[in-house]
Amino acid sequence: MADSDAEDLVLTGVTKKFGTFKAVDDLDLTVPQGSFFALLGPSGCGKTTTLRMVAGLEELTAGAITLGPQDISYLKPYKRPVNTVFQSYALFPHMTIFENVAFGLRRQGKKDVKKQVEDMLELVELAQYGARKPTQLSGGQQQRVALARALINRPQVLLLDEPLGALDLKLRRAMQIELKRIQTEVGITFVHVTHDQEEAMTMADTVAVMNAGLIEQMGEPKELYEHPRTTFVANFLGQSNLIKAKVNGTDGDQIRAEIEGSTLRVPRDRAADDAAVRSGSVWVGIRPEKVFLAAGGTETSDGSNVLRRGRVTDVSFIGVSTQYLVRMPWGQELMVFEQNTGAREDFRVGDEVDLHWLPDHTFLLDADQDATAGVEREDLG
Amino acid sequence: MSTAAAPVGPAEAVAAPAPEERKRGWTGYLLLAPAMLWLLVFFIIPMVSLVSTSLYDPSGSLETGYSMTGHIANYVDTLSEYSKQFIRSIIYAGIATLACLLLGYPLAYAIAFKAGRWKNLMLVAVIAPFFTSFLIRTLSWQLILGDQAWVADILRGIGLLGEEGHLMATPLAVVTGITYNFLPFMVLPLYASLEKIDPRLHEAGADLYASPFTTFRKVTVPLSMPGVVAGTLLTFIPAAGDYINAQLLGNPQTTMIGNVIQNLFDGGSYPEAAALSVTLMAAIVVMVLVYINRAGTEELV
Amino acid sequence: MNGRLGKWVGDHIVLLVGLLVLLYMFMPIFIVVLMSFNDPASKNSYSFDGFTWHNWLNPCEPIGMCDAVTLSIRIGFLATIGATALGTLMAFALVRHRFKGRSVANIFTFLPMASPEIVMGSSLLALFVSAGFAGTLGFWTILIAHIMFCLSFVVVTVKARLAGLDPRLEQAAMDLYANEWQTFWRVTFPLVFPGILAAALLSFSLSFDDFIITNLNSGQEVTFPMYVWGAAQRGIPPQINVIGSVMFFLALFLVISSEVFQRRRARVTA
Repeated sequence: MADSDAEDLVLTGVTKKFGTFKAVDDLDLTVPQGSFFALLGPSGCGKTTTLRMVAGLEELTAGAITLGPQDISYLKPYKRPVNTVFQSYALFPHMTIFENVAFGLRRQGKKDVKKQVEDMLELVELAQYGARKPTQLSGGQQQRVALARALINRPQVLLLDEPLGALDLKLRRAMQIELKRIQTEVGITFVHVTHDQEEAMTMADTVAVMNAGLIEQMGEPKELYEHPRTTFVANFLGQSNLIKAKVNGTDGDQIRAEIEGSTLRVPRDRAADDAAVRSGSVWVGIRPEKVFLAAGGTETSDGSNVLRRGRVTDVSFIGVSTQYLVRMPWGQELMVFEQNTGAREDFRVGDEVDLHWLPDHTFLLDADQDATAGVEREDLG
Repeated sequence: MSTAAAPVGPAEAVAAPAPEERKRGWTGYLLLAPAMLWLLVFFIIPMVSLVSTSLYDPSGSLETGYSMTGHIANYVDTLSEYSKQFIRSIIYAGIATLACLLLGYPLAYAIAFKAGRWKNLMLVAVIAPFFTSFLIRTLSWQLILGDQAWVADILRGIGLLGEEGHLMATPLAVVTGITYNFLPFMVLPLYASLEKIDPRLHEAGADLYASPFTTFRKVTVPLSMPGVVAGTLLTFIPAAGDYINAQLLGNPQTTMIGNVIQNLFDGGSYPEAAALSVTLMAAIVVMVLVYINRAGTEELV
Repeated sequence: MNGRLGKWVGDHIVLLVGLLVLLYMFMPIFIVVLMSFNDPASKNSYSFDGFTWHNWLNPCEPIGMCDAVTLSIRIGFLATIGATALGTLMAFALVRHRFKGRSVANIFTFLPMASPEIVMGSSLLALFVSAGFAGTLGFWTILIAHIMFCLSFVVVTVKARLAGLDPRLEQAAMDLYANEWQTFWRVTFPLVFPGILAAALLSFSLSFDDFIITNLNSGQEVTFPMYVWGAAQRGIPPQINVIGSVMFFLALFLVISSEVFQRRRARVTA
């Protein structure tokens, strides 16, 4: 599908072992030229190792990396048309901002770097900081210097290793928009490594979710969110309720799944795995914000999926929404996020409620997968 | 002390050169070779040579040459003759090390936690005495502890020192000198380990109903143990072999093993001097090993 | 109220004790400076008998003293160069390279620091004597010894600096088109240099101040510490204290000016 002129970044069967530990396992990946690509995953999933192999800072154990027609698998880092924005920036502390940004140009033997460096500092809005040393800048400014230092070389691919990880939340949001703007402006391929799902979804055209050295799923952010194909993706991108159910037949293009006497319907194309459907045992998944609450016994199942006789066990009011925990008759607690539109009824702890949602929002996953895979721990937030 | 911004994000990337990041190949050996060779020829081989000298027949001399007779008796003879000086060295060095710890801990603690903006100045002050020759400094103790000096006057005045009492040329003077000379070797490692302790741990201790003293005992002291171990070793080892303080501040009854070795060398009794040297080194190695074993830390280098 | 008072005392008593200990450490320095202005009543008098500028105006009056100082400076200078060069190379090998026998290398560096000087001095003497150099002890044997005992301190100092160097800085340089050679001279070396400089200063002061090892291996040569030692037996010329004071103030000046320089640079641009 890629046209032959494109300078796509292609990883084929890339593997990296540290001793016996496989950090990256037989990875295939194509990053189209000019795209903003995010590698998303938890700590230790192999995303940074992948990035470092593309930069040439880590040697491949097996496989190949090509950039357009050129095989760069074993090129020295300084021979690759690839630049990196490092986590914590790695600015040279003994050089001024100007010299940091000029470093790459000077090493390529370019004279007269002044104009280019000034333009680049202008682009990242640091024009008047050229004479300072890195330690005299704030975190956000240092981050922009690191970006300028890499971008000025006009690389074919820019690698960003958790570039916003060291910034506070507010600054991080501002820099996300800034990075996206710059990428659109310069049109260079960006490969962005992050563990922050919101960051990946805000910025990238394409997100690849990585786990344990493998890519779990790849696609546009909305596609990944609405249509997760593994429990890991369902939990790592946002939150999901996963309910164990038995498949007991199909109605046209809908699959019927049964849980404790209730029947749930799922469009056939929203089932991740046909084999799982045939085996009969599945996870029925639904995002908490897609679920509505109604007072116990009031909801009729006219085409929507309904689970009855839930009991509210916890209510947290968080401004735009209210988050409920509802204990179901089989003991599982399900999450429900209700928007505070004012039109919805409030419930209290102990109230009996019915849960209902549209079959089109439901997804089916393989019941052999771990339902807690990818659940984000609090301390990683 | 470090000014580099610490990465706040999850530390997935390498933080320090991990062993697998070290370069392979011959360059390492090439870089290592000159220094290793120097240490081999001028430190390790001399040690061997010292051991063999200690086994020479003591009846030889520099002029007539020594014959290698495996004369183990050198050890027995010197040890029985100089055991008093030997034990005295260990005792003096031990007392001085203890004194260094008692003086050095409050100082290191004050620099690490109480000095505020004067921290660097106080650190400079700790090493400043190093800036001038230690022999000259030791000599000035002769004056401070002299019979006419105010220190002696005050001590006589409050009755701690008899009318005829001296400070100079006493064991006390020798220990004072040793303590003085090796105090920075105690303070600096202590400071280095105390400085690493997060002051918030003190607050956490207080928050958990520990009195300041309990916090100090249960939190600060255990965390500073590497510094205590390094400091006591760095003080005790050179102190045990020192003879300058004993010579300049002591009297013939305060002679330490270092004086004996030096005098034997001066007198040309090489085998005996070598035997004593080897004994001293062996004693120190044994004590250090036992001590490290007890203290349970191996972070020395 | 009582608790707060207790806390105040607790807070400040440690500082007070610390300052008293510092005073103890500085007392001899005061004496050295004071005695440099001493006008001794007799040759063997070692007490302050009167004030004079004479010693400062005629520092080289005691026979042989300035020769001893010159010798110590020469040896200190050469020992510093030798030890710093060898030690820096070794530190790079230890931190950056993979080789067999790492623990042996670590023991080699650690042992000289853990040996009493008298043992190191006597073992070197034993080597020189059994190798037949007993008659040629002098400048070169002193230099050899000094390089040997300074080496370990250089290795430890440079190693610490090198280990604290973020490897990502060098990776960033390589990523920005600097080859191995350029990366070393433009990034690694400038960043490790303060450590090398500190190691060199330490080496010089260790060498200049050494007595025990030097005394055993010096033959007929007299370094400054040996001169002081000899003078201590005969009667101490006040000029020794002039040299001691000059050394002290020179070093103090260097340290303070570098500190002030760093602070000012930080303030001007912050």
